[in-house]
Amino acid sequence: MTTQDSSLDLQAHVKNAIKNNTALCIQGGNSKSFYGRTPIGQTLKINDHSGIINYEPTELVITARAGTPLKEIEYALLENNQILPFEPPHYGNNATLGGTVACNLSGPRRAAAGAARDYMLGCKVLNGKGEIISFGGEVMKNVAGYDVSRLMAGALGTLGVLLEVSLKVLPRPEAEITLTLEHNTEKALAKIIRLAQVNFPISANCYDGDRLFLRLSGTEGAVETSKKPIGGEIIETEHDIWQKIKEQQHGFFMTDQPLWRLSVAADTPPIKLEGKWLYEWNGALRWLVSSASAETIQAAAKKIGGHATRYRGHDQNHIDVFHPLSPALLNLHKKLKHAFDPHGIFNRGRMYPDF
Amino acid sequence: MNKNQLLQELGQILPSDVILHQKEDLTPYECDGLSAFRELPLAVTLPETIDQVTAILTLCNRLDVPVVARGAGTGLSGGALPHKDGVLLSLAKFKQILKIDPQRQTAVVQPGVRNLAISEAAKPYGLYYAPDPSSQIACTIGGNVAENSGGVHCLKYGLTVHNIQQIKVVTIDGELLTIGGSGLDSAGFDLLALLTGSEGMLAVIVEVTVKLLPIPERAQVILAAFDDVAKAGEAVGNIISAGIIPAGLEMMDKLAIRAAEEFVHAGYPTDAEAILLCEIDGTNAEVSEHILKIREILNQSGATEVRTAKDEAERLMFWKGRKAAFPAVGCIAPDYYCMDGTIPRKQLPHVLKTISELSAEYKLQVANVFHAGDGNLHPLILYDANNPGELERTEEFGGKILDLCVKAGGSITGEHGVGVEKINHMCVQFNSEELTQFHAIKSAFDAKGLLNPGKAVPTLHRCAEFGAMHVHKGKLPFPELERF
Ligand SMILES: Cc1cc2nc3c(=O)[nH]c(=O)nc-3n(C[C@H](O)[C@H](O)[C@H](O)COP(=O)(O)OP(=O)(O)OC[C@H]3O[C@@H](n4cnc5c(N)ncnc54)[C@H](O)[C@@H]3O)c2cc1C
Repeated sequence: MTTQDSSLDLQAHVKNAIKNNTALCIQGGNSKSFYGRTPIGQTLKINDHSGIINYEPTELVITARAGTPLKEIEYALLENNQILPFEPPHYGNNATLGGTVACNLSGPRRAAAGAARDYMLGCKVLNGKGEIISFGGEVMKNVAGYDVSRLMAGALGTLGVLLEVSLKVLPRPEAEITLTLEHNTEKALAKIIRLAQVNFPISANCYDGDRLFLRLSGTEGAVETSKKPIGGEIIETEHDIWQKIKEQQHGFFMTDQPLWRLSVAADTPPIKLEGKWLYEWNGALRWLVSSASAETIQAAAKKIGGHATRYRGHDQNHIDVFHPLSPALLNLHKKLKHAFDPHGIFNRGRMYPDF
Repeated sequence: MNKNQLLQELGQILPSDVILHQKEDLTPYECDGLSAFRELPLAVTLPETIDQVTAILTLCNRLDVPVVARGAGTGLSGGALPHKDGVLLSLAKFKQILKIDPQRQTAVVQPGVRNLAISEAAKPYGLYYAPDPSSQIACTIGGNVAENSGGVHCLKYGLTVHNIQQIKVVTIDGELLTIGGSGLDSAGFDLLALLTGSEGMLAVIVEVTVKLLPIPERAQVILAAFDDVAKAGEAVGNIISAGIIPAGLEMMDKLAIRAAEEFVHAGYPTDAEAILLCEIDGTNAEVSEHILKIREILNQSGATEVRTAKDEAERLMFWKGRKAAFPAVGCIAPDYYCMDGTIPRKQLPHVLKTISELSAEYKLQVANVFHAGDGNLHPLILYDANNPGELERTEEFGGKILDLCVKAGGSITGEHGVGVEKINHMCVQFNSEELTQFHAIKSAFDAKGLLNPGKAVPTLHRCAEFGAMHVHKGKLPFPELERF
């Protein structure tokens, strides 16, 4: 466990980059370099800027430097019977807190508990002018000023270097079991939707094409009494099923073909695109292994108000790894980028080729 | 600005009966829930369609006329206070619930729909909209999004930002944008988060898709009385340490208890120094388990009395007292001033003690009603505006409370927004680089600064002046200068 404040070094580095007009690629554990486009520039490593700064279990808040290993955060929480409710994927051993938040990636619990952005309470960032500025804080409610903290979640480092992050945490559920049922796709999707409308303590669900997996979390009594009405069998052996789905180590993800991530309305019927599907988040998150053209896939997602991302196994220099934005929204993105990073220093091209 | 030209051009967009410009017609719009600030706009417009909103914004942009959006006007920070040279854009006619979708568990509504109306419309489907500000009978969903409003159930279910999925907004350039999407996330920056709580400064919200939740199988409330406010504060921490997140966890102090009891006869113990209301919801089994545990924790934390509501009627009664606390306090004093700071929970005893010391110093009574679980305080300062100087003393006292919250590691506002009211205190919470960053965000949306000018984010110039005032221990160096 290392604790070190390198913010002044990082600041000096950024100021230098501004002076020399050098672009910087912000890098934590490099576990998510597959995600997004390939940025242009020199690497700015943030691993050295690490350590938990403040963690008070009764306040339900943890504050740590962005380079802190995600493992370390989760371990500290577990010791106090708490969790990061959004169950972030690590995608490797070296995932950092900063990278996790910058990508806003969330795991199986997302549909029930919310995404990384939902647990953002505050952050300290180094903006593209080389200034260290803070937003939000360590309190649960704070509406003073625009919500810059949440904006940082998912901005992929294009708006600034995250230095410190404060997250809300939650108690770990007292009991947890996983049920499995065999269904075809239509039935499985309909079942998830139906279950979501009732008060079952379902904390995760996944349909892998054959089997529907449901995780129940809560008090002993809540889990116990919900089992029967839901039906299916309790999984005794595949305890790590959620870990495998979260980290994409499930057989479904073992492929050389391109992997797409579609985010759509939960009740969308099976989408008619060729390929293999895996469903999470009540049907709102759909993984597609397919060699269909990007135009076809993105058009299908857009038609139903969703969006499609080239997740893995794509050319990362491709124009649109993320779903293309409307001209008006793209324009607004460029203006916001300029507001935070007027010289275009950070992660140039990581999200969209235009900024 | 040439008022006649403005009215004439507005007349080409809207029927004349929804353009108000006579003084007597404007007066109902002169303030929001913070009535200490009043101003008449040049005109009030009440459009009915998105096209009309777009046309009004385009026109105002062309003529450089400020625009202030308004929902129900229940805001408590002067956010909807009109601009004297501007148009007040009321969304009151956008009252339709466009769709309740039980499959998706969403409701698509126009911005002028009242918060409570959404839950009422969703009820036949066994669903409800979770954020429940005490003003929910009156306030609009557009206003809720603009303020990122909370309510007593936010401890477990989150604020407005956690419970919306998509919004449609019109920018000052007259561009209609769809932010968010039908899934749980969308491509690009999280503009949904940025716009939530932006106090009408970035765009006008014209449609909101909210998430609905299944009505819990069971909800139960426990009332616990304490002979010491600090003990009640500790009990809050103890419940959370035990791994329980109640649906709501509210505290009231003696003055607030007495006022509420007199007002609604909720059966509160009027001799207690503080009460906690703790609501647990979920499945039947879960609620039973939690009630047992919480009762035990409350007893161990030194509660003098622990009562579980015996039926639904009593549960609603317990809440009625809490929800009516503001108007109840309004009955025991000619005027009250509602503060909205947040603090880390552990600071509760220290902050409450300091507030009571300040109360003695300023000779003004304070009733405390608050979202204890979130550390969101609502000290209500009682005063009488007819006594010369008392309003000023009240505001100064309020300012001290905000300073105290920031010093304790908290924020000047948890849910009511900055508006005009706390604009000077933004200078205490943020430094000039941070404020400059806010201004840059504002410019990205509204380069000319026409949407709700003078609110939410102070100019650096203003902070310099405010800083100078602070040096003089609250005595204004130039009392004749306009402060807000
Ligand atoms: C008795 C009482 C109790 C309250 N309790 C709570 C509480 O428990 N929790 C809480 O959070 N708040 C509470 N409030 C404050 C207030 O009700 C909320 O801030 C509410 O969200 C305001 O909604 P409104 O429709 O009245 O908005 P308004 O007061 O009309 O406007 C508020 C702000 O939003 C902007 N705005 C309004 N509509 C739009 C739109 N369509 N597009 C863009 N901007 C818009 C306005 O410009 C203004 O800045 C309470 C107020 C009262 C009077």
